[in-house]
Amino acid sequence: MNPKTTRRRFIKGVIASGAAATTSTIWFAANGQDKPAGAVERMIRINVNGQVRTVDVAPQETLASTLRYKLGLTGTKLGCNRGECGACTVLVDDVPSYACSVLTHSVKNQVVETVEGLESANGTLHPVQQAFVEELSPQCGYCTPGQVMSAVGLLRSNPNPTREEARQGMAGNICRCGSYDSYLNGVMRAADIG
Amino acid sequence: MAYMHIGKDFVPQDVPGKVTGRIKYSEDYARDGMVYARLLTSPVPHGRVVDIDASEALAMDGVIGILTADDVYPDGEPQSPGLKVLTNEPTLIGEPILAIAAVDEKTAEDAMMKISLTIERLPFALDPLDSLVEGGPDAYNGGNTFVFRQGFASEKWSSDQVAAFRSGSEPTAEAQQSWEYGDLAAGFAASDFVYETNFSTAGYPHMSMEPRSAMSYWENGKCYLHGTSQSLTAVAEGLAGIVGVPLEDFVFVNEATGGGFGQRARAGSIPILAVPAKLSQKINRPVMMRVTREEEFTIGGARQGLQGWIKVGFKADGAMAAMDMYCVSDNGGKGGGGDANSAAGGVSALYQTEAMRFRNTSIGTNTGHRGAQRGPGENQIMAVLAPIMDKAAEDLGLDRLEIRKLNAAQNGDVSGPRSQPFTSAYMPEALEMGAAQFDWETKRSRSRQTDGSKVRGLGIGQGYHNAGRSGMDGLIRMLPNGRLQIHNGVGNLGTYSYASTSRAAAEVLKMDWANCDVITGRTDRHLPISSPQDGSNSIFTNTRTCYGAAQDMLGKMKEIAAADLGGDVADYDIDGSRVFQMADTSVGMTYAEVATRGLELGGKYTGEAELPEELNVVTALAVERLAGSALMGVYHDPRHNNNPPGFTVTFMEIELDKETGKFDILDLVTIAECGTVVHPQGLANQLRGGAVWGIGLSAYERHLYDPQNGLPASSGYWQSKIPTYLDTPENIGTGWVDLPDPENPVGARGIGEPSMGAVSAALNAAISDALDGHLFNAAPVTADMIINHVAGISENSVPLAQNNFRG
Ligand code: FES
Ligand code: FES
Repeated sequence: MNPKTTRRRFIKGVIASGAAATTSTIWFAANGQDKPAGAVERMIRINVNGQVRTVDVAPQETLASTLRYKLGLTGTKLGCNRGECGACTVLVDDVPSYACSVLTHSVKNQVVETVEGLESANGTLHPVQQAFVEELSPQCGYCTPGQVMSAVGLLRSNPNPTREEARQGMAGNICRCGSYDSYLNGVMRAADIG
Repeated sequence: MAYMHIGKDFVPQDVPGKVTGRIKYSEDYARDGMVYARLLTSPVPHGRVVDIDASEALAMDGVIGILTADDVYPDGEPQSPGLKVLTNEPTLIGEPILAIAAVDEKTAEDAMMKISLTIERLPFALDPLDSLVEGGPDAYNGGNTFVFRQGFASEKWSSDQVAAFRSGSEPTAEAQQSWEYGDLAAGFAASDFVYETNFSTAGYPHMSMEPRSAMSYWENGKCYLHGTSQSLTAVAEGLAGIVGVPLEDFVFVNEATGGGFGQRARAGSIPILAVPAKLSQKINRPVMMRVTREEEFTIGGARQGLQGWIKVGFKADGAMAAMDMYCVSDNGGKGGGGDANSAAGGVSALYQTEAMRFRNTSIGTNTGHRGAQRGPGENQIMAVLAPIMDKAAEDLGLDRLEIRKLNAAQNGDVSGPRSQPFTSAYMPEALEMGAAQFDWETKRSRSRQTDGSKVRGLGIGQGYHNAGRSGMDGLIRMLPNGRLQIHNGVGNLGTYSYASTSRAAAEVLKMDWANCDVITGRTDRHLPISSPQDGSNSIFTNTRTCYGAAQDMLGKMKEIAAADLGGDVADYDIDGSRVFQMADTSVGMTYAEVATRGLELGGKYTGEAELPEELNVVTALAVERLAGSALMGVYHDPRHNNNPPGFTVTFMEIELDKETGKFDILDLVTIAECGTVVHPQGLANQLRGGAVWGIGLSAYERHLYDPQNGLPASSGYWQSKIPTYLDTPENIGTGWVDLPDPENPVGARGIGEPSMGAVSAALNAAISDALDGHLFNAAPVTADMIINHVAGISENSVPLAQNNFRG
């Protein structure tokens, strides 16, 4: 480091802590609201896991952001935030979709399902979740919610896939732990249970 | 031996949370009043920050504060390699320079645009050989290499020396590092087949699925840090030091880690976690720092690339008589890694080489931060060597399986320059088992069979890693209700070792697993020091500690029973719920009664006296805070000397299309030789996951950098070519030898890393076989390299290079 440089003097005017403390609710803060919540045109209703939720959504906001940071549904993960990994997979009208690459405004009239919506009210796991537990499909688990949702979507459209069909159907979900074989075992077991 | 828990499947307690999305990773947490940090990172591959003018950014509505390297290092940055928390002396594009906090991320991003950063560009290097040549650029300020205890230095070869190395000759320059054993010259003289070549293996990023996001806040003088690691207690002290807070005032919360393959094992590889902690301390607000995929690429670590020269000699019977290896290792932008040394050690262990010389020189480049990545060194070199083994077998008229059996490590063997003995070794048994499960006898005849443009290739691979350590601590408690609490600092990153090693304690005490709780997830639950869960060592290392702690508790339980009910300690036994006299089983106490009595007695029974002297500071703090709370078992595992190996064997059949250069894996069987199996499902997952990684190493993954500007071109999943479902076989066959290791109380050794090496070796061997034994001497062997070869374009026409296309 050149001792003559004086960067510190350029770092001026650190705002007193709390001066801009507008975050009474963290969900709004998390997603780049220019103003506090309340702009009426941004209030939309979306159907998530069977419940209609009213939420303030910025024009550029992705479904993953809305789910995670406004609705508190952190089961949906972000691995890349650019449509490469599938960690954010949710179902939109039964179709596995990358929530990081879907604008929330575009799903206003559709049914969104996330990993949190699969368990029954009495705590019984969905057959895919149960099969993934029995096959010990997850390793680190970070890709697991996305794998679960892709498997659920696959089995709704094809309840009895061959292993090769399952492999093709799950191909949009990367698993860096390499647990593909264990997930496929889970999908095939879920098809048997289901 | 019949076990209650060892060798049995179970559902680790975190699995339901993983399939329901309930388990929390660091980015899933939130606190009231939380603000958001974004990182401003280096736009140049090598530079020096001259000015930061953040006044306009800091004047914006909603911007709360800034953290720079000057805040973190008021006395100047450490002049050593390794990642810094923040830096004014970046040596790779994307290295974090400062963090800015705002009420939301968009505001933080907008503020970033208002910062005026003046940075002096410095020369950069992307290939170690470009830097090594006289007059070449140096990656670091002060040189292109770092000499232990001396500092930065500049290592240069003449242009003739570099050119000769690039074209395949043995380097003539003195190496920075070397070792040797046996009579090398005699070994080559006795060899009937000698092969000499240069080789290269690519570096590539870890790309753990969870970016290393972190959240931190301070409360009552304590720093709470939600972050990611491979083991909580292995990183806690180091992280506390980086944050600058005493260990007793530091709480690390890490319920789950979304992947750790070597670069989350030590605090030094995750210093970025200190950013939200330091920023939170400065602005007095909870701070969430979300790390992007591109940032994870830059600071998330990468495998070292190796460029090298080897000469290997085999006797007529197939014995590997001599191996001479010289590597130039790519140390990347922040120094680091011992891949070359591990590669050489791995050759010695796996092939029992009679004489060997190893030389290495490590040179920095302005590319991703390097360090341990799953099987660092061993896995790259096995991919290079497996086709050469086949070449030797072919030349000497031997079967490919037989040459491997002849050189295989067995009980009583030693390896490396110090002739370190194995704790046990059953590689011949693993080869036999794999051959039978794969049906090598039948399938070998399919080698090189063609069908139009498609051709079959068969490969056998072997993997190795030193897989077990010692010197850690165990800590368990029995509550007055008779429940066993097993405190375990091993991280939850998908191996399930935190749970499976805990079962050694339940085994000793013969307890139902339903009556046991694994206590983990945050350091204020008082966890003992554990293995960093790197180097495939958790199973060996932490079954020893959990077993030892349970033995300590068992002794105390018998003492309490004998004192209250009469007789000697030796008169007592247990059945999982009672301690009783063997002569009259009606005389006894329930575990709950013993635990209650222990609590009344206190002293050594509750961790208040007579503790093992060598407890680690982390364990000592945990014990101190738990003292007097319950009947306690505490253990310090003494050091052991021998080498517990993890061995693997893979058999593979592929069909390669010569028109496209692509291949399908038709059959893959991979066998573990890792002592007694502790958790079959967990082991199978390690074998399958390792297989996927092995396929990535041998066929797909590599760093790519733009040579003009040093820009990384593989910072996303798409370009870094992580194998997908469609790149991997529909089924991966697994098996295990399951013979106990005598130096582990339940007979177990580790496996995570060699699970990859055998597959990468088998795949490279199968590709070579499909191409009539052609040797690429590289990893990965990509489709373009195959097509070029088939078209008659020699990959040797492309000089040895790193971080770029080859072939
Ligand atoms: S986070 Fe959406 S595809 Fe990766
Ligand atoms: S289980 Fe770790 S990324 Fe899939």
